[in-house]
Amino acid sequence: MSAAPLVGTDPASVAATPPGGRRGRRFDGPARTAVGFALGAALLFAVAPLALSDFRLSLLAKYLCVAMVAVGIGIAWGRGGMLTLGQGVFFGLGGYAMAMHLKLADAGPGQLPDFMQLYGQLDELPLWWRPFASPWVALPATVLLPMAVAFGLGSLVFRRRVRGAYFAILSQALAAAMVILLVGQQGTTGGTNGLTDIQGFFGYDLDDPVNQRMVYFVIAASLLALLALARQLIRSRYGELLVAVRDGEERVRFLGYDPAGVKLVGYVVAAGMAGLAGALFVPAVGIISPALIGIVPSIEFVIGVAVGGRATLLGPVLGAVAVAWARTALSERFPGTWTYLQGLLFVLVVAFLPGGLASLWALARQRRSDPVGARRWRRSRPADPAEARTEVSAA
Amino acid sequence: MTVLFGQLFTGISIGAVLLLVALGLALTFGQMNVINMAHGEFIMAGAYTTYVLQQTVTAAGWSLLVALPVAFAVAGTMGVLLEVLLIRRLYARPLDTLLVTWGVSLMLQQLARDVFGSPNVQTRAPALLTGNVALPGGLTVANNRLFILALALAAVLALTLALRLTPLGRRIRAVVQNRDLAAVSGIPTARVDRTTFFIGSGLAGVAGVALTLLGPIGPTMGTNLIIDAFLVVVVGGIGQLKGSVIVAFALGVLQATGEYLTTLSVAKVIVFVAIVAFLQWRPQGLFTLRTRSLA
Repeated sequence: MSAAPLVGTDPASVAATPPGGRRGRRFDGPARTAVGFALGAALLFAVAPLALSDFRLSLLAKYLCVAMVAVGIGIAWGRGGMLTLGQGVFFGLGGYAMAMHLKLADAGPGQLPDFMQLYGQLDELPLWWRPFASPWVALPATVLLPMAVAFGLGSLVFRRRVRGAYFAILSQALAAAMVILLVGQQGTTGGTNGLTDIQGFFGYDLDDPVNQRMVYFVIAASLLALLALARQLIRSRYGELLVAVRDGEERVRFLGYDPAGVKLVGYVVAAGMAGLAGALFVPAVGIISPALIGIVPSIEFVIGVAVGGRATLLGPVLGAVAVAWARTALSERFPGTWTYLQGLLFVLVVAFLPGGLASLWALARQRRSDPVGARRWRRSRPADPAEARTEVSAA
Repeated sequence: MTVLFGQLFTGISIGAVLLLVALGLALTFGQMNVINMAHGEFIMAGAYTTYVLQQTVTAAGWSLLVALPVAFAVAGTMGVLLEVLLIRRLYARPLDTLLVTWGVSLMLQQLARDVFGSPNVQTRAPALLTGNVALPGGLTVANNRLFILALALAAVLALTLALRLTPLGRRIRAVVQNRDLAAVSGIPTARVDRTTFFIGSGLAGVAGVALTLLGPIGPTMGTNLIIDAFLVVVVGGIGQLKGSVIVAFALGVLQATGEYLTTLSVAKVIVFVAIVAFLQWRPQGLFTLRTRSLA
């Protein structure tokens, strides 16, 4: 082995950047991306709607929303090393913004949403609900609101170099605080029930399967758009910088960059993606509630990403869809067994295959060319050199 | 005045629970950089131990006394098992320990559901701990809360003495301060780690016993506590018991005051904002170990 490369030394990123020399031989570049994209589009827009029943298609729409969150986590955690355990917050902000608008639209002009009369005994709309009556406010808010919250927390936290486990725990505490707040303000947020029973989507009746199909297409198109965005971001100079910050924050600082700003962008983008996912989840499922956005669902978003492969582009998407699908398939018949399986899957993947399932292929390829080296390498490298014990113990 | 005192005491007793939960975490997080999300399930194990013991030892007072050491041993053993089977392999990857132990906690919760059923169960408190103490000036404080406060303080005292005076404590401190140097000096760091994990997890069991005095026992009882406890450790400063002690009581009082002035849910948000604000001032927590590292 020659001198250690500066970045991309962790096994998680191996699938994304195979060791030097191999890349040139592969079918690569814009052509490969275009083909991949076309395949994905064909699968989502032609094969799935034809092959699946209306019920299965609406389930798939739900999974694709989770996959959108996963794309964001892939950027923040896989590329940027920021383990965010509170993506449910951003998902929820997007979802609630959308649901508030749809509830108001359902109720009709000047009317209160149904639950407010029930729990709140309110006779007029609370002030902070009013802007959401207009789609011109509500729709941008589904993305901008989560981004603003992420910007607020992120700029405070990254600026003061709070990172690693500290950041993970803070992001998780944010999720806990948000759920408690939502449950506590039952009169204006619907409490534990959340905002339920959403009937229409900008004039379309959501009970109609044709309109559900339309929602599915919107979601599938959004996912493809987010993937394209993520790919551009990862391949840009910024993407390189983000990985560099993950692998050696101090080194990047010494080179004259501002790691806090770099991380902030990644975190805010991830939050925006989760917000969009939440907003589209609402018409697909017809409900948003604290139970969907708390600590446990927030970690479940991360599970899909870890299983698929945190540092790759497609890994998080496929992992999220696969885990969500497995959950539905198994928990229908064996509710208890699924929890064991989910826990076990998570333990095994994180502990023994930090690159996720996406790295299996790369590992196999590497082993074929260098059987001894592959094994040695897999055992010795920490997942994230920046968090190696020596540095954290000083934190 | 009475109200003020009442709120202060509520805050202190919230702080005592937080402290009991956070103490074990402070030890394991401080020494090994292990973020053990299954700590909450060790608390649950301690609580269920109390419940099981009460089925056999029917006198509530005796069963509680027996439960304290038994819960310590049960939770501690679970901790050692976790350390040996999984965490040992992940020392270089602290963030991944968080995820792995969360997977473990999922399984333990389901196990509790399968063994004890989903509905919450309840233990009987000993007669001695059900009443109130009347203090001069018309103040009353609940006996069970006083007991928990005493238990928390006793745990801190015992841990401090153990760390200061015993050979094991000296080894633990050495490993916390400089693991490599400790290893070079002939300290078996792996064994020290395991012992620390036993003690830290055992303390979670003791916290579980205390919690049976305050409310029902259920499979998910650990989940919410664990986050508050981690916040205590983070704000207190890693590897620093005194930081955890001060911060636990400070957060408890802040929570109780916030609850009194606003509502429970707003109080939680206030606590969170206060923590983020505090970290602006001292990003590494209240007390930190001085090192020469750049991180």
